Amino acid sequence: MNCHSSESAVTTLGELPERSGREIRTVALIGPPNSGKSTLFNRLTRLRQKVGNYPGVTVEQRVGLLAGAGHEIRIVDLPGVYSLTPYSDDERVAVDVLTGKMDGLPRPDAVLLVLDVTHLSRHLVLAKPVIALGLPTLVLLNMADVFAKGGGSLDVLKLAAELGAPVAMVSATLGTGLDAVDRFLRQDHDRRPDALLPVIPVINDLPQCRKWASQVGRRIDYRQHLPSVWSRRLDDIFLHKLWGPLIFVVVVGAVFQTVFGLGQPLSTAFQDLLTKLGQQAAPLLPDGILRSLVLDGLWKGVSSVLVFLPQILLLFFFIGLLEDSGYLARAALIADRTMRSVGLNGKAFIPLLSAYACAVPAIMATRTIENKRDRIATILVAPFMTCSARLPIYTLLIAAFIPNRPVVGVLLGARACAMLSLYVLGFLAAIVTAKLLKSSVLKSSAAPFVLELPDYRWPTWHSIGLRLFDRAKIFLRQAGTYILAVSLLVWVLTHLPLHNGHAPQLEQSAIAHLGHGIEPLIRPLGFNWKIGVGLLTSVIAREVIVGTLGTIYGTAPATHSMTLQNALSQDLTFAGAMALLVFFAFAMQCTSTLAIVRRETNSWKWPALQFAYMTVVAYAAAFAVNQLLSALLK
Amino acid sequence: MLQSLTLTMTFRESASVPLTNLGPGESGTIDHISLPPADQQFLMRVGFVPGVHVRFSRRAPLGDPSVYSVDGTEIALRAETASRIMVRRGWISPLGDLP
Repeated sequence: MNCHSSESAVTTLGELPERSGREIRTVALIGPPNSGKSTLFNRLTRLRQKVGNYPGVTVEQRVGLLAGAGHEIRIVDLPGVYSLTPYSDDERVAVDVLTGKMDGLPRPDAVLLVLDVTHLSRHLVLAKPVIALGLPTLVLLNMADVFAKGGGSLDVLKLAAELGAPVAMVSATLGTGLDAVDRFLRQDHDRRPDALLPVIPVINDLPQCRKWASQVGRRIDYRQHLPSVWSRRLDDIFLHKLWGPLIFVVVVGAVFQTVFGLGQPLSTAFQDLLTKLGQQAAPLLPDGILRSLVLDGLWKGVSSVLVFLPQILLLFFFIGLLEDSGYLARAALIADRTMRSVGLNGKAFIPLLSAYACAVPAIMATRTIENKRDRIATILVAPFMTCSARLPIYTLLIAAFIPNRPVVGVLLGARACAMLSLYVLGFLAAIVTAKLLKSSVLKSSAAPFVLELPDYRWPTWHSIGLRLFDRAKIFLRQAGTYILAVSLLVWVLTHLPLHNGHAPQLEQSAIAHLGHGIEPLIRPLGFNWKIGVGLLTSVIAREVIVGTLGTIYGTAPATHSMTLQNALSQDLTFAGAMALLVFFAFAMQCTSTLAIVRRETNSWKWPALQFAYMTVVAYAAAFAVNQLLSALLK
Repeated sequence: MLQSLTLTMTFRESASVPLTNLGPGESGTIDHISLPPADQQFLMRVGFVPGVHVRFSRRAPLGDPSVYSVDGTEIALRAETASRIMVRRGWISPLGDLP
């Protein structure tokens, strides 16, 4: 690319052309990765935004409304790109949106270009091709606060003259300097005739561009800010040979201790609240089929997923804290050596660890992995990690079938041992799957692993709060839709066929017939039709099986006076129970996860593949366990 | 003339070493990247552009990746990648890099 090609009128903020032209309706926000673009987008829209995906690619589309604008101005947040050469999906999307070729989006009337002023020589490279598009462009030099604090300086007017576009110093984190955006957008801009628009150059000679950027840097009296001494000093500790890994383990341990220690009671309290809400609402509905549909069907299904919300939010809070403070990158650096041995990279570590609590936030946290194949591999293996929804069925079966006797002295009982093995089992399944994926379908183009270590910063409540809100919204909307649908289906199946206008006993319902129907298929695993029904209902969420089994055994004459634990230990063989444990370790019984995978990969292909693969693995493993144990115990 | 040119070229060849050869605190100027074009582009975008000054910052606690300081940014690369980035020791910067 020739960096000296664009010729546009030299204007500064004060002297924008005041001609009556088109009103600005759509603005594109573009900038390199890590330029603070998303923070700025959240600031400008005050969260009035819609999140989706661009058609056909796993690139997130964010469109928001400018807060406080006289008329409605839409802001399109483009993916972070270093150039407009269409190498990656991100860049293709950026180019398509800017040139008006993206379906469903009009060509933007103006562009906000965000550059990190502390890395100007690297980021300035993007300015030329963007300004060359010929759209009215405002250049926002972000991180002005950090830059000034570090003793950096530059001549803004000279830079505006060099670029032929107005330039403003801003700080997205502090929200300073943003009035320039309002002023810029309120002005009428004349579009240059399309014939004069330079064609976007396809060849990208980066060294040439860098040379130009360096020259501009000298002409605008750019003085680099001093790199944060504090960051280097903190790195001396956090990346120390000995202290580094030690602090890493302590930080990760503390996060998990809090997520489980605080998350479980919160979830329980939330569950109680949801149940109470349901009971309160009961008299409002006429007795009969409608009340049952709303309360037993929809509300129960939705609350079984909602109970995970406190845990998910807690996890997101900590991931946000780690990310915004800059420690997440250090954790990835420390973990990379280990993660590499399974074909993943260091950035996959925290997401996979989060999956021990819940796969949903884990999958959403994979967004920091730039390499698309690595990201999909991480998404696909995450649900193997032992999430908290598996614990109810694990504890139930272990209590029913494993005697409480010591294995390793007083330290480790047989039950704890069984639980631990299930955790290890899930972990091993994840590793083997990752290896398999990375050596086959997702064989990486071996793009070099690059990890930027940002300066440490104090996280702000504002930014973490925004992120929590954003993620919670996505989870509720995406998972909620599918959960509602699946809950409705399960309810219908449990309430048909009607007998004299009344719902049948569970044993006579359609789902029981289905359970009987799949019995031949699951008998080799040591499961009877009742377990079959449990497997069917627990596609909503894994822990639903406990409730279903409770209902079935509670209404059956032979077992109705027993506790579920006793009933199970009478009705299932030891081999069958172990097979059921293994089945749940591997199977993808979670509608929310599937919904989120669909959203994050923007296709049905990956969740379908994941569901099929995990079910096959679960079936095969449960089959092997049941056959082996049955033969051994004969 | 020809002789001196050959001499310069030999000098350049011999003076260019893999980035991994730099010790802690040592620095150099990127000469070229011996990786496929797509990977070159990728590395150049994050800052590893020929002519730019780069400094070895530190090793990760487990020995790899290593952190390099380029353009005032700390960027970690695995040894497999860093060994393909050839640098000349010292401060010569044909791009007139910003100090």
